[in-house]
Amino acid sequence: MNLILFTFIVLLGFTSYYFGRRKAYTIQSSKKRLTALPQFYGYYLAIWCAIPAFIIFSLWAIFEPTIVKLLVLSDYSNQGYLDDELNLIYEKTKSLSRGQFTGEITPFIEASAEKYLSLRSIAQSSKAVIVLSIIIASVAYAYKRISSNSRTREPVEKFLNAVLFTASLAAILTTVGIVFSLIFQTIDFFKVIPLFDFVFGTHWYPAKAFVRDSSEALDPTMYSDTFGAVPIFAGTFFIALIAMCVAIPIGLMSGIYLAEYASSKVRQYAKPLIEILAGIPTVVYGFFAALTVGPFLKELGTSMGLEVSAESALAAGGVMGIMIIPFISSLSDDVITSVPQSLRDGSYAMGATKSETIKRVIFPAALPGIVGSILLGVSRAIGETMIVVMASGLAANLTFNPLESTSTITAQIVVILIGDQAFGDPKTQAAFALGMSLFLVTLCLNIVALRVVKKYREKYE
Amino acid sequence: MIKIKAKDVDVFYGKKQALYNIGLDIEENQVTALIGPSGCGKSTFLRCLNRMNDVIDICRVKGEILINDFNINDKSCDVVRLREKIGMVFQKPNPFPKTVYENISYGPTIHGMAQSKQEMDEIVETSLKKAALWEEVKDRLHEPGTGLSGGQQQRLCIARAISVRPEVILMDEPCSALDPIATAQIEELIDELKKEHTIIIVTHSMAQAARVSQNTGFFHLGHLIEHGSTDKIFKNPDNTKTQDYITGRFG
Repeated sequence: MNLILFTFIVLLGFTSYYFGRRKAYTIQSSKKRLTALPQFYGYYLAIWCAIPAFIIFSLWAIFEPTIVKLLVLSDYSNQGYLDDELNLIYEKTKSLSRGQFTGEITPFIEASAEKYLSLRSIAQSSKAVIVLSIIIASVAYAYKRISSNSRTREPVEKFLNAVLFTASLAAILTTVGIVFSLIFQTIDFFKVIPLFDFVFGTHWYPAKAFVRDSSEALDPTMYSDTFGAVPIFAGTFFIALIAMCVAIPIGLMSGIYLAEYASSKVRQYAKPLIEILAGIPTVVYGFFAALTVGPFLKELGTSMGLEVSAESALAAGGVMGIMIIPFISSLSDDVITSVPQSLRDGSYAMGATKSETIKRVIFPAALPGIVGSILLGVSRAIGETMIVVMASGLAANLTFNPLESTSTITAQIVVILIGDQAFGDPKTQAAFALGMSLFLVTLCLNIVALRVVKKYREKYE
Repeated sequence: MIKIKAKDVDVFYGKKQALYNIGLDIEENQVTALIGPSGCGKSTFLRCLNRMNDVIDICRVKGEILINDFNINDKSCDVVRLREKIGMVFQKPNPFPKTVYENISYGPTIHGMAQSKQEMDEIVETSLKKAALWEEVKDRLHEPGTGLSGGQQQRLCIARAISVRPEVILMDEPCSALDPIATAQIEELIDELKKEHTIIIVTHSMAQAARVSQNTGFFHLGHLIEHGSTDKIFKNPDNTKTQDYITGRFG
């Protein structure tokens, strides 16, 4: 029903566009000058068709269920039912009307279901009638208003402006919503676990929180020495450090090669190939790290007489570094390429060699952009989940030995939230607290990175 | 005395030929102006003289260019040494994003010309003095060179070029991005510099060519149409094309 109505409105929109434009052509052919191109008259009418339809549709969607529910349940008023019971009756009514009800059918509910169905069909048809008549009225009104000197370009431009604004507003509101849900859950978490214990505690063992029976009262002392986040913060930064040790030199050097040394033919093939590396799903990197690199390092270590865990920080960090190479290489390539050719010419004309030019002129000029690309790489390393979950183990050891296993913030969030969770439980909320800390760190990194990159851009444009 | 002798120089960009059979002698310690309409190949020829065309992948240069009787297109030619001897100033001022001091010390550093900080200071000071910039920047040697005005930046680039004491200075429309006052300063400077250096300047301004140069070469569509003393080219050219171009009746 809704779909038919919707199709109809769309068709009406196209028709009104056509009519608006035709009227404009008619005006034009009578030798009057239009204030805008004929299309604008068409768009103008189509907007007059779309906006009222949209408003009525959304109002209807908001109010119809409430009103129908009120009307159905009005039969049960003054019978002393509680709100919960009324809700249950309404749910039964709805499922019966869909033919999905399996319990005992009482005559009362059967009557309600019939009433529900008839109300719904009334609502649907009245919606169709109201929407269509209002559209026709508004389009007719707008059509009458069109004359050679009526303004159509400005309203159309304003409408576009409003649509684009709404789109960006949606993105911003989503972000704000996510941040707020993080904040509230985090605050709840810190009501049970002291902030100090979380930030400075050195023992992370959330499995201990599993033991609690949810009917028992919450006893904060139970959680002392359970949610100390130092080991996983340390693990996160340690693995990110290993990753950057791999990614920065290789990424930077390949970026410099691509930008300065590679012939245009090599560049044409090498650049897309490196960017394919960025397209590999992180899960694939994950099992590459867990099944190939990890065991290989273990065997290598054993043959040298070292004790290497199969799930070592080195394996996870190394593979993560490989994952980040394309970001650093591609970004620094772009930054280096955007250093003006005139600086290169100036340096070559002084008799500088290629490497001198890169070292003394191009690299310093591109440095802010390169730093920006590295910081973006770091924030990816810290936020990366799949590789660490699969390859670096889940036990939160406080260690700085790359050959042992350690765990990260992201991996712990996964551990906590896999399986059944109870909302309002400190264990679940711990995930939000971790998410919040992760968010803060990457936010700061991104802000710094963007600032640095911006500062660089101002210099040359 | 002849400093540079070009013989049968052909230049190709990919399959397109940009210069045909250029033969030109350039006198020592004089200013030679290269004139001609846009795209006629005069900048390309200038860039042949310090092998800057090497930077462009698709560019090929044929023929002989003798500087001090040595063919710079020969395989044995060391480009680094060549560019130390042949300085260049570009159309748009292109100081490095470094301090004024570092801009000048760049060349002497990469060629190892100064043994001590004191020697370097001297090179910087004399270069800036020769470029008539010293008085204006002596108090801001350690501020970014990009912060100077356009005319000052161009003189900074000239100072940078003469810091390695080149024998020849190539100038590719050095005044096209400057106002008349800065242009006049640069022209005065060119006159001064020719005492110690051989100067070749590409310019679009007839008046500038007439003012600063002793010899002129006229390029058209990749051919060197006519060359000789500036007086003769401007007052009594042999070729009607030259005549038309100089009197502004061209094209």
